[in-house]
Amino acid sequence: MAAAPAASLEDLTRGLWRENPVLVQMLGLCPTLAVTNSVANGIAMGVATLFVLLGSNVLVASLRTVIPKEVRITSYILIIATFVTTADFTLEALVPRIHAALGPFVALIVVNCIILGRAEAFASRVSVRRAALDAIGMGTGFTMVLLMMSGVREVLGSGTLLGMALFGGRFEPWVIMVLPPGGFLTLGIFLLLLAWRAERRQRVQEA
Amino acid sequence: MGDLAWILISALLVNNFVLTLFLGLCPFFGVTSRVSTAVRLGLANLFVLLLTALCAWFLNRFVLGEAPYLRLIAFIVVIASLVQIVEMAIKKWSPVLFRQLGIYLPLITTNCAILGLAIFQTNRGYGFWQGMAFAVGAGLGLTLALVLMASIRERLDVADVPAVARGTGIVLIIAACLSLAFMGFAGLGSSL
Amino acid sequence: MTTAHAHPSPAASAPGSGTPSWRLLTILSLSGALAGGLIVSAYRATLPPIEAHRAARVEAAIREVLKLPARWDTLYLDRGALTKRLPDGANPKAVERVFLGFDSNGNPVGAAITAGRPGFADIINLIFGLDPTSGTLLGMKVLTSKETPGLGDKIYRDSGFVRQFRGAVAPLKGVKDVSGKSQSEVAVITGATISSRTVIRIINEATARWQPLLQAYRAKATP
Repeated sequence: MAAAPAASLEDLTRGLWRENPVLVQMLGLCPTLAVTNSVANGIAMGVATLFVLLGSNVLVASLRTVIPKEVRITSYILIIATFVTTADFTLEALVPRIHAALGPFVALIVVNCIILGRAEAFASRVSVRRAALDAIGMGTGFTMVLLMMSGVREVLGSGTLLGMALFGGRFEPWVIMVLPPGGFLTLGIFLLLLAWRAERRQRVQEA
Repeated sequence: MGDLAWILISALLVNNFVLTLFLGLCPFFGVTSRVSTAVRLGLANLFVLLLTALCAWFLNRFVLGEAPYLRLIAFIVVIASLVQIVEMAIKKWSPVLFRQLGIYLPLITTNCAILGLAIFQTNRGYGFWQGMAFAVGAGLGLTLALVLMASIRERLDVADVPAVARGTGIVLIIAACLSLAFMGFAGLGSSL
Repeated sequence: MTTAHAHPSPAASAPGSGTPSWRLLTILSLSGALAGGLIVSAYRATLPPIEAHRAARVEAAIREVLKLPARWDTLYLDRGALTKRLPDGANPKAVERVFLGFDSNGNPVGAAITAGRPGFADIINLIFGLDPTSGTLLGMKVLTSKETPGLGDKIYRDSGFVRQFRGAVAPLKGVKDVSGKSQSEVAVITGATISSRTVIRIINEATARWQPLLQAYRAKATP
């Protein structure tokens, strides 16, 4: 199939930037704001979500001809909940401190609109291969945003990166950044910057 | 009794579900363009939250004791079923309300506030009345946040918002201000 | 949300080609059973490391608040009294316990007690060391806390706050400035009064509860 390689690359990269689940589709906002007060937490949440997204997309795509239309949402939820529970236990076994810091938000991956959204809009209609690539793309895009947000918030709000102090003892951390208002503010400024860049590009094009 | 009052006030103001705990953000950003819709959706969520607290208490108390690992899957299936039932009930008893709420009703299932309530309730070991107080506080807090944001956004429609901020950008900045304002409730209830 | 997923109606979508209810039910039940089975396997597989982590955390905490005891006994609460033996048929996870530490000469150095109650943000759990005879605290360690970063989290980040619990005498009294006149005074953290007072309250309530039980246990042990 001559069209396959192009479609594959497209499936993989779509979620990274052009249709980024957080910045463009505005999905998955709850964890994006809640766990990005430290980079370690952000990475762990991103990896966990990627794992669930991949498992869910692959399984939904594999079973797309078997699951009756009427119960598809319930089936997707069952599938996603199983993967999330597994991810929850695995995190607790491997990195107990981070798991404790993430708290209920690992379990809340179940209602992360990204996963149910991709299952319904994409994975249930395409081959397993394409669904898997899409999951990797979307999951990586999501993790990237988590990294950007937590990078800013941890450095400014605690003066550390991955727990290591960056500045000397005299740095007074901007604590508000690791508090809820800081989360809203950081994401808001990212969106502002993106809109500004898009507007400038459009002006250049029109000129 | 002070215990219940603190649980309610804490969920409503001090640790507001939306502005402090980051739960229920999908409706907060998606459904707050009109105050009337925001009120209706907030109250619909409050209703579902109360039912969820009830079911979660029941499940924790009588069903999940021996199998705590099935908690998440049990909760989410119950929530999905609850929302479906509530949807059918509203459709039957108030078709007008059903039409007004439209697509937002089934979306309550993926509202992290609902599942979040069940999880917090479990982790903190709330009994029946504590769970109810928690649900009332959370539902009212959610409605309050939605209504506040909706009122501001209605005014924004006629304000001169810079082009780069239009849309979700300005909503997030406003949410930051609201969240900051709610931090002022920090000392509330210290005598309880 | 931009992706709308309307709930599917129970009735068939295409005329005459809807899936029969029994088939829906079978598929859902099978999926549910499969999901349950997978979850149970994952739970069993991860249980050993999780339990190991928990035990290690408790051990480290006991060592810290009892100042490196040589060994300790786990005492369980059985019908209003402390015993070394787990009550028959009781679920080990549900029985309340304290840990009685001994030094290398076999003398008791104090008991490590875990307790918790809701703080400002969420439940604060802590462990503290208590000398039951004098009511003096040997140390305090916050185990879990979700208090506000930069403010409430000082209950474990501020070493000065933590240190003042060593040598303090229960019941504790939280004050703004320590006058030095009483061993029971503990300075609360400015800007984190609720979190600080919760810590003090946890310790006072736990001491009131366990001190008489520990004294009774000691009286029973010494003939």
